Amino acid sequence: MKPTKFDYYTPETIEDACKLLVDLGDGAYVMAGGTDLLVKMHRGVLRAKAIIHLQKIKGIDGITYKKGKGLTIGATACLTDVGNHPDIKAKYPAISKAALCTANTQIRNMGTLVGNLCNAAPSADNAPALITMGAVATLKGPDGEREVPLDEFFKGPGMTVINKGEIVSSIFVPDPPKGSGTSYQYLSARGKVDIAAVCVGATMIMDGDVCKDARIVLGAVAPVPMRAKEAEKVVIGNRLATELLERLGLEASKESMPITDMRATAEYRKILVAVLSARAVEEAAKDAQKR
Amino acid sequence: MKQVITLNVNGDTYSLAIEPSKTLNEVLREDLNLTGTKLGCGDGDCGACTVLVNGRSVSSCLTLAVSVDGKEITTIEGLASGEELHPIQEAFIEHGAIQCGFCSAGMEMSALNLLNQNSEPTEDDIRNAISGNLCRCTGYYKIVDAIGAAAKKMKEIKKS
Repeated sequence: MKPTKFDYYTPETIEDACKLLVDLGDGAYVMAGGTDLLVKMHRGVLRAKAIIHLQKIKGIDGITYKKGKGLTIGATACLTDVGNHPDIKAKYPAISKAALCTANTQIRNMGTLVGNLCNAAPSADNAPALITMGAVATLKGPDGEREVPLDEFFKGPGMTVINKGEIVSSIFVPDPPKGSGTSYQYLSARGKVDIAAVCVGATMIMDGDVCKDARIVLGAVAPVPMRAKEAEKVVIGNRLATELLERLGLEASKESMPITDMRATAEYRKILVAVLSARAVEEAAKDAQKR
Repeated sequence: MKQVITLNVNGDTYSLAIEPSKTLNEVLREDLNLTGTKLGCGDGDCGACTVLVNGRSVSSCLTLAVSVDGKEITTIEGLASGEELHPIQEAFIEHGAIQCGFCSAGMEMSALNLLNQNSEPTEDDIRNAISGNLCRCTGYYKIVDAIGAAAKKMKEIKKS
């Protein structure tokens, strides 16, 4: 279906963009890469009266890493640039992996990491690992700026805490703590291009082979990316062993609340959760040894 | 309301007044008559519409033409120089990588995007690079072979 006519705006500051969003009211949408927005318009799910494109806003397309502080990913930084960024590859390998397994090359050259989060698909590739690392979103709006931990950002499929007139200007990820490692694991029926049937992010803080702290986040098995808190409890304070990995997988599987859809049945997803969370924890622990 | 934009396509500059809802794909095919770029799914899944914008591959069906105002666009028509085919085009012919031809333009633009960044791709690199381009005829083997051969050819040309 061809999208109906709309007006197109390219504000030069984020304040102007927020103001436009308020002034234009219902039917005005923010666009970064456009790879989700335009698909929804083509399918007729969404009718835009106005599109506010962020591409001309200076200073929000960057990726900066400051030692001792952390990583900032701007709203219009595309997934290709996030995935290939040398500091992200070295310090945050799971963020790089998740970015580079999102969709395909063309989409990654257009689509942004922040856009993937704002679209709020339960299966969003970039959410789980970022949540485990304590990422925080910066939202700018008519009433100023606020910060929301990514853990509290998602409200349901396609729903977030973003209020009318607000725009996510960047995502901040703290410097990885000493002894920490991360992993991102996913599986989809059709390999590269398809959306993940289940995805898991893990961050492990290790002291030798004993886990000091753990964060496990499951994607595509609940209305929002969810912490597997019971599974975390299984590993924290313990030595990693095959039996423990099996137990944490089962615990994560129990906590997950998947549905059956075209990509996988709920039963199969439960099994995948067990396998992928054990894999993620094991890999994150291995990654921690390297640091 | 229509907006006036300037597009640089394959080295030629065009000034156009277009509706913001027009995609780059529509402008290329309908306004500029560059029909080498195809339209498949319209959702960014099949890759038939792939073109390069400022040297990077994008889905032209998901690109608003107004958003590429002033940018450099390369389409399949920009690959050959005059009568001389690009090494990627030659390799596709030599390896039988074109059957019905519908995916070929997008496939070759994805190959160009890869070879611009990686002159010695492994088979895995090639398969990754074309994972956003669907082909329903060849089973991909011949396309992968062709891109590998094109990489070698382009490297030799660079050397000489």
